[in-house]
Amino acid sequence: MGKGWGIALANPIPTLPLRGREVARSPIEHSILSTVAAPTLSRGVLGTWLRTRYGAGWGTLAVAAGVTGFLLLLLLIPVGTVFVTAFRDADGAFTLGHFGSFFRISLMREAFANSFYVAAVSVAIASLVAVPLAYITVRFEFSGAALIQTLGILPLIMPPFVGAVAMQLIFGRNGSVNLLLDEYFGFTLPLMQGLTGVIFVESLHYFPFILMNLTVALRAIDGAMEEAALNLGAKGWRLARRIVLPLAAPGYIAGAALVFIKVFDDLGTPLVLGQTNLLAPQAYLRITQVGLEDPIGYVIGVILIGFSILALWLSIRVMKGKEYSTLQKGGTGIARRRLKRGEAAVAYAGIALVLAVVLSPHLGLLILSFARVWSFSVLPDAWTLAHYATVFGDSAHMIKNTLLYCGLAGLIDVAIGIAIAYLMLRTRLPARQWLDFVATAAIAVPGLVLAIGYLRTFQHLHVAGVPVTQTWVLIMLALAVRRMPYALRSCVAALQQINVNLEEAAEMLGATRWRTVRRVVIPLMAGGILAGFVSSFITAAVELSATLLLTVRESQAPMSYGIYLYMQSVAGRGPGAALGVLAVAIVALGTYLSHRLVAQADAIARNAR
Amino acid sequence: MKKVAVECIHIGLAYGKNQVLKDITLRIEPGEFFALLGPSGSGKSTLLRLIAGFNQHNQGRLLVDGRDITGVPPHARNIGMVFQNYALWPHLTVFDNVAFGLVERRLPRAEIKRRVEEALALVDLADYALRRPHQLSGGQQQRVALARTIVIEPQVLLLDEPLSNLDKKLREQMRQELLRLQRQLGITTIFVTHDQEEAMTTADRMAVLDAGVLQQVGTPAELFDHPANAFVAGFVGTANLLRGAIEARNGELVFIADGVGDLKLPASVQAPAPGRATLSFRPHTTVLEPREQAIGAADDGRTIWLEGKIVSAEFLGEFTRYRVRAGSAELTADQPHRAGQLTLVPGTLVRMGIEATQTRFLKS
Repeated sequence: MGKGWGIALANPIPTLPLRGREVARSPIEHSILSTVAAPTLSRGVLGTWLRTRYGAGWGTLAVAAGVTGFLLLLLLIPVGTVFVTAFRDADGAFTLGHFGSFFRISLMREAFANSFYVAAVSVAIASLVAVPLAYITVRFEFSGAALIQTLGILPLIMPPFVGAVAMQLIFGRNGSVNLLLDEYFGFTLPLMQGLTGVIFVESLHYFPFILMNLTVALRAIDGAMEEAALNLGAKGWRLARRIVLPLAAPGYIAGAALVFIKVFDDLGTPLVLGQTNLLAPQAYLRITQVGLEDPIGYVIGVILIGFSILALWLSIRVMKGKEYSTLQKGGTGIARRRLKRGEAAVAYAGIALVLAVVLSPHLGLLILSFARVWSFSVLPDAWTLAHYATVFGDSAHMIKNTLLYCGLAGLIDVAIGIAIAYLMLRTRLPARQWLDFVATAAIAVPGLVLAIGYLRTFQHLHVAGVPVTQTWVLIMLALAVRRMPYALRSCVAALQQINVNLEEAAEMLGATRWRTVRRVVIPLMAGGILAGFVSSFITAAVELSATLLLTVRESQAPMSYGIYLYMQSVAGRGPGAALGVLAVAIVALGTYLSHRLVAQADAIARNAR
Repeated sequence: MKKVAVECIHIGLAYGKNQVLKDITLRIEPGEFFALLGPSGSGKSTLLRLIAGFNQHNQGRLLVDGRDITGVPPHARNIGMVFQNYALWPHLTVFDNVAFGLVERRLPRAEIKRRVEEALALVDLADYALRRPHQLSGGQQQRVALARTIVIEPQVLLLDEPLSNLDKKLREQMRQELLRLQRQLGITTIFVTHDQEEAMTTADRMAVLDAGVLQQVGTPAELFDHPANAFVAGFVGTANLLRGAIEARNGELVFIADGVGDLKLPASVQAPAPGRATLSFRPHTTVLEPREQAIGAADDGRTIWLEGKIVSAEFLGEFTRYRVRAGSAELTADQPHRAGQLTLVPGTLVRMGIEATQTRFLKS
């Protein structure tokens, strides 16, 4: 290598003519000019001080101000308003009275207990499904592992309220399964009755959160941890109980906490199943039926946020200590072994059962979307394509709305994500971590509460004579704020993987900060940015809680709202299912895309470190 | 090309209470190949990044070609830097990496093409223009990084540990190529290294830093022969250091080495006035003689003698490196080797002679 170079250097070729014909525009001149001019230009004393002290120029400062304004206006103030309203009496003084009246209403006490019960039992059932599956994938070598990975994604691509109707048709009192059971065995399973139905739908939908978190945690355990225990005489169940499970516990708790708050906050599923004696539906009914002045809705909002924060705090706390189990570079994971034939049979049977149940809402929805009539029968009596025609005819605007709202929301999310990631990782501005913290905290704000906050905060705001709360813009902004954490994490991860030298090299070669961001940072982050956009987009596409409150006219409705509307009537089930199938298709496609993008981004990032 | 000087005038940098650089005053002459040498955490890289504009000093002034560039952002400095890990952009080809700075300067496309090709030819990578950085070997990546930097014709070239990611053989080769390229282009070049051999073999002059403080500036030979303090003596080459006090006794100077004993100083020693001092001498300026054979070891007025015992011997080919215990001190003595010569075994009692003119007294 050096040989060739040596030859090139030994030949005194006239390289880099420094006093050539182009002297007039020689970069040296150019740079000397700018070197002289720069300090006297716009920078000034304050600009220099900013750069020196905080590593940020005026432009960066403007971006920081913009992001702060966005978070204040669309997250902190609305949520703050909910809190203030919940704790303020008619005279504006602090009071706990609203909480007192909340707990004096027996319906509210019942709703509170029900919500807690549904969330807790859902976590328990989701764990029963997820824990064995996770353990099997990590501990054993068998081809079913790929199947379990698929299991982990399938439920998530369908929002639970969409699946709920299909589940009723399959597992309900007069659903396919019970009709068959009754005919052949003479008994039925009350799986979809009352709160049990909510639990069944929710745990089936959210168990992947536990499965994925736990699998990652188990995979991260250094094999040496286990070997050391084996070496000291622990094995079998004791090894699992004393070493493997405690090391993986933080992952499990993080997943379980997530399931708990998702179920606790869910509005769409109970409404679709007709279960209104839960907290989220109660808040929704209070606000929509009693009105914006009723304090009980705000009290419920505070309770929902309180539980969210508690659950998130718990999962952050347990995850903090997790480094100790992290696999070292070059280390190996916990030992794997082949399943014996009998064990494999049991494992496959279990997986098949879970897969069948997990797939049932998808299948049910698909059947429903093609069914002319499906009632009191195992399968529909007749088939039709009319529902899809209805959807594309009457509801095309809903599809368009979804694409518009979620597209814009996704764009806002990645813009904010890039800005916060850059401010946090590339400047020394004071309190920059707070931007990240606040934007991430949006995840703890249930859509319902955010929407209530918006309605209250902006109730008197008119832009160009139009009340803001009547416009689709607010729906779009609510979606953007709710999905911001996804895009943000994606952008932060992408920027973290880029070695800062790559940017310094650009600046050294004459690129300004903004040009560096455009020519180096964003191209290198592209994969992460796209993945962030896609995950914001697809999760926004199936959002129902904020959408439900903020949609005031049918013409503004996105798909998720449309599905909900259709599902209200028996006649609407068919078109609703057809619209649901479309939504699931969009989400599935998006999920596939984002997995591809993440894989690509990782490949690029590996070279950018 | 105009060669420019770089001057640091009372430069200080502190992050809160943590003073990273303290009152650095330093002038790097136009066209000089200058090394910043120091252990990790000494502030040498910080100083380099400060010249590039990635760090900003709190105190003092930084002059390039006589102009204060304090507060000028990196992109307006026209100071080229080659990063330790090369920092090649993985999303761009070799050609686009090298063209980057020229594009920023809005040069016509044809000129960019010509100059990139020239720069790639200069580093013998003309055929690699369309490759991606990760398709190149470490040495090739280094040369792309160099081409990318020199193509903008920077006033100053900064190299951050430029050779540390290469294997030993390639490193020695690149060292020579780098030097020749620098001579050819005549760019004032500052490079950071923790490897004293690298600094001594390439630099015209060098500065030694420790704990954010400039210890000494000079040519490699000056620093080796006349270290300003114990740190420089120990960091540039190997040194034996003996603490003690100089005393005048019966018209003769005696060095009372702590824990070793009294050493008579011949007149040829350049000794300071009586008082506390540290005696420094290089391992290769010593002779060892087994004590029982010590016959001609009389005072010849050119040698300082002390007694000790061999602790260990490392045979290195050209010489043998002995560790000698003298009182509470352990000293290093390198003895040139010739075929047939026997190695002194550990435990042997020896007399150690130190060439008086080669000793240095450092301030304690």
